Amino acid sequence: MEVAGHDVGRDPDGVRAAIGVTGQFSAVDKFLTGQENLVLMADLRHLGKGDGRRRAEELLHRFDLVDAARKPVSTWSGGMQRRLDLAMTLVGNPRIIFLDEPTAGLDPRSRRTMWQVIRDLVDGGVTIFLTTQYLEEADRLADRIAVLDHGRLVAEGTPSELKRLVPGGHIRLEFADNGELEKAARTFRGASRDDESLALLVPSDGGVGSLRTLLDELEEASIDVDGLSVRTPDLDDVFLSLTGHPDSPKGAA
Amino acid sequence: MTAYPYVLSDSATMLRRNLRHMRRYPSLTLFIAGIPVVLLLLFVYVFGGTLGAGLGGVSGGRDAYVAYVIPGILLMAVAGVAQGTAISVAMDMTEGIVARFRTMAISRASVLTGHVVGSIIQTALAIAVVMAVALLIGFRPTTGPVAWVAAAGMLALTALAITWLSVALGLSTRSVETASNLPMFLMLLPFLGSGFVPTQTMPDGLRWFAENQPFTPIIETLRGLLLGTPIGNSGLIAVAWCVAISLFGFLWARRLYERDPAHR
Repeated sequence: MEVAGHDVGRDPDGVRAAIGVTGQFSAVDKFLTGQENLVLMADLRHLGKGDGRRRAEELLHRFDLVDAARKPVSTWSGGMQRRLDLAMTLVGNPRIIFLDEPTAGLDPRSRRTMWQVIRDLVDGGVTIFLTTQYLEEADRLADRIAVLDHGRLVAEGTPSELKRLVPGGHIRLEFADNGELEKAARTFRGASRDDESLALLVPSDGGVGSLRTLLDELEEASIDVDGLSVRTPDLDDVFLSLTGHPDSPKGAA
Repeated sequence: MTAYPYVLSDSATMLRRNLRHMRRYPSLTLFIAGIPVVLLLLFVYVFGGTLGAGLGGVSGGRDAYVAYVIPGILLMAVAGVAQGTAISVAMDMTEGIVARFRTMAISRASVLTGHVVGSIIQTALAIAVVMAVALLIGFRPTTGPVAWVAAAGMLALTALAITWLSVALGLSTRSVETASNLPMFLMLLPFLGSGFVPTQTMPDGLRWFAENQPFTPIIETLRGLLLGTPIGNSGLIAVAWCVAISLFGFLWARRLYERDPAHR
C-alpha cells in the first residue's frame, strides 16, 4: 500500500512527512503559547528558523489567532485550540490531511470558519479525509462519502449518489378535516396517511415539475389544502436506511 | 526504526520545549530544589549535633555531620528531580501533543531525550543550589579541583541513570498521580544506605541491604572525592551501577514509548 508515493511498510517516515493528522482531541502543547506551538512544528519539520517563524505568523493570521498568539494555549477557548490544532497540522504543507471530527463541540460560528478553512484547503489541491458524526457536514464538504457502520463500510459515493439509494423524498400535504384527507388519499394512491395530524405524504423527487403536476391534480379533484411542504432525502435518511438502526452514524469524506 | 538524520536537531527542539515548560512554570523546579535544602538544614541543625557525636570522628558534632551528610543530600536532589521528571513525562503522555509527534516524521527517541537532557540540566541547578547552601552553613570540601570535577562527573552519571529510570517509570503509569508516587523509593534509598549514618550501626539484614544497594557506593565515592575518605572499589561499583541502570531505564523507556498507544 502506498500513501503519496511512499510505501507504508518500507518508508513509514516518508508517509509521515507527507501527511498531516488532526485528531479528535486537541494535539496542542497547552503550556506553550500559540506562536511557540507553531514554531515547534516548524522546527520539527526542519523549516529553518526564519522560514519557520514566517510560516507561524502567516498561519496565526490565516486562522485569526494573532491576538492570543502570545498567551499560553491553556487559557484559550475550545474553538481557538481547534483552529490552532489544524494550523499546526498545516505547518508542513501536507498534501494529505486526516481530520477527525474537526467541528465536534464547536459553536456555529467556529464551525463555519472551520468549514471555510477546509474548503480553501481542498481548493488548494489538498486531499482531506474527514470523519464526522454530522452528516450535514459531510454533505456540505465532501466530494465522496463513505458510510461506516460499526467499523464496516456500508456505502460509498458522492452525496447525490448516496441520496439516490434511498426513498424518502416526499411532499407533505396538510388538511383542515378528515373529509379532505379522505379525498386526497383516494386521489394519490401511493401516498401514506398520517391520520393523527391530518397529513398525507406523497412520494416525490421534490422537483418543480412533479410539484406542478401535484398541484394540478389537487386543483382537478378540488381538494382544499391547508399546508404544503417539500422534503428531500438527506444523508440522515441514507444512513438510517443503510444501517437499519439509528445509533452511531459515522461518515468519512 | 531506521537511522534518522535529524536525531540531534529534533532532540534539541524537544529540549527547548521542555526548558520552556520549566521556565514558564518554575514552581515545580523550585519545589524540587527546595526539598533537599530543607532536609539539609533539618539534618544539620536538628539532628546534626547528636548524629555528629555518634560518628566518632576527631572533631565530632555538627561540623563533622555537615561534611558527612552532603553526599546523601546531593543524591536526594537527584532523586527529587527524578520525581519531577516522572511527573512531566506522565503529563506529556496524557496530552494530545505526543499523539501528534507520533504522526510526524521525527526521531522517536527525541521526545524522551529532550526530557532526559532537560532533567539533567534541572539536576545541575538543584545541585548548585544545595552546594551553595552547604557552603554557606560551613561545608568545606578538603580535596582539590580534579577531585571536584570527578565528583561532578559522578553526579552527572548518577543523574543520567536515575533520569532514564524515572522517564520509564513515568511512561509505565496511566496517571500523573501514580507517576508522582513511583519514584518515591528513590528518596528513601539514601536513608537506607550510608547517606545519613554509617551502615555499621544498622541491624544485620538492613546493613546487608544498605551496603549492597546502588546509592551506597555512589555516596562513598562522592564522599571520597569531596572529603578525601578512602574510596576503595566503591568508584568502580558506582559507575557499573549507573551504567546498568541507565541502560535498563533507556531500553525500558524506549519499549514503553514505542508500544501501540491503544494498548496503554
